[in-house]
Amino acid sequence: MKEYLLLFRGGEGPDDHESPEAWQQHMQKWMQWMGSLQEDGKLIGAQPLNETGKVVRGTGKVISDGPFMEGKEMVGGYLACKANSYDEALEISSGCPILEFENGIVEVREISELKM
Amino acid sequence: MKKEIQVLTDSLFRREAGKMVAVLVKIFGIENLQLSEDVVQETFITAVQNWALKGLPENPPAWLMRVAKNKAINAIRRNKYSSNIDFSDPDRKLLQSEYTMSAQMEKLWQEDEIQDDLMRMMFACCHEQLSPENQITLILKTLCGFSTSEIASAFLTSEENISKRLYRTREFFRKEKIKPEFPEDNQIQERIEAVLKAIYLIFNEGYNSGKSNELIRKDLLHQAMYLCKLLCDHSQTQLPQVYAAMALMCFHASRIESRITPEGEIVLLAQQDRGNWNAQLISEGVQYLNKAASGEKLSTYHIEAAIAYEHCVTKNYEDTNWKQILAYYDLLFQLYPTSVVALNRLTVVYKLKGGEFTLKELKKSEFLKEWQKNYLYYSLLGEIYAESDKALAETNYLKAISLTSAEAEIRLLNKKIADL
Repeated sequence: MKEYLLLFRGGEGPDDHESPEAWQQHMQKWMQWMGSLQEDGKLIGAQPLNETGKVVRGTGKVISDGPFMEGKEMVGGYLACKANSYDEALEISSGCPILEFENGIVEVREISELKM
Repeated sequence: MKKEIQVLTDSLFRREAGKMVAVLVKIFGIENLQLSEDVVQETFITAVQNWALKGLPENPPAWLMRVAKNKAINAIRRNKYSSNIDFSDPDRKLLQSEYTMSAQMEKLWQEDEIQDDLMRMMFACCHEQLSPENQITLILKTLCGFSTSEIASAFLTSEENISKRLYRTREFFRKEKIKPEFPEDNQIQERIEAVLKAIYLIFNEGYNSGKSNELIRKDLLHQAMYLCKLLCDHSQTQLPQVYAAMALMCFHASRIESRITPEGEIVLLAQQDRGNWNAQLISEGVQYLNKAASGEKLSTYHIEAAIAYEHCVTKNYEDTNWKQILAYYDLLFQLYPTSVVALNRLTVVYKLKGGEFTLKELKKSEFLKEWQKNYLYYSLLGEIYAESDKALAETNYLKAISLTSAEAEIRLLNKKIADL
């Protein structure tokens, strides 16, 4: 079994929803999605990320405000999971509730083993 | 106003503490029992501070649950990556992620699950590898919201001693990773036996001991009956012996006001004001006893309840049906042949057949050696000799006094000597 990192971009936050109830309903879907991954023993971990951030760059370790992308393309969260193949990882990803939004993006990346 | 809030919160906290701990244990794992207890304690502190300032909320139990839930969320966040909490447990994995934590918390905190959680916790508290003493200490602490000092004064021991007991029990849970759950169907009889025994011990601690103060004694009675009622009300635990134990406690509790004066003096059955017995509790006891009359298994609780029932429905002491009571004791002894039952049985034999016969029975009993450590044996001897040999009666009463530390019993025995 391989490991995959799913990076979430776009989507909507609590303030974009009409009401706290609508937001709760949306989060219930995350619960179902992640719950079934957990039941299959495939969930490794997941967390949302804050919108604010900093960037440290190069040998000079220069710190600047970031991330530098357009707001909605910023990584807003991640989920690490196990899957047998890219296909399965993609199938898992297609159930992600962030895809309920037109601007929702899930980037699927396999975690690689570094050559020793 | 402050005083009122204090009184109300005390009894509210007693009731809600167990429920909260039961849910929190599910959230943190029983290996973190201390953390669960701490969250409950912090919740109560927050409540007292908040209510003193703003008055009581509309629904205090719901308020407590909400605050405890928020404190649990904070504790989970603090421990998200700590090895203290086992997040590999299926129920807990989803608590680790912010995406699912709040929904999972709601799921674990469902109101209709709480009674089940409480039952599971009760079974865990009565784990067979814990001594009865440790079981009831833990029950009082976790399910009844007693403080260590209250438990210490109930058992006339030091707070340090109680803390040690609790510490050892928590360590046991931590090491053995005991998960609170309902016993398997084929084990329920055995496990419920242990739970009833612990509950009845708590009850007896309140009923018998003249040693602790009246408030704590009554509290113990109430808590024992509350826990037993939970068992009576739950579909998986409403077994005949559970109803029988509940009936027994109702009958005993109906007489508590007449049995011990406000000054802590014991009033003997013969002298009790029967008009003062609590008719409500007696009729509840009868209802439970009726419910207990099913199934094939006759428990000691059935028989003891039947004996207590006989006393409860007899208008005057002189009318007591000792013959019937002796028949019950014969049955009880068959089922549970212990020295205490044998001695109690002979106390009834004495009422029916007089001193001479009883003395013979006492002397030839196999339990003689054990009785000689029990003040009740010498108390009975004193009573028997009081008719014939006052000096010998006094000697026996004095011997009885030397064998008990319960002050109310000692005062009673001294009174018997004075009456000789």
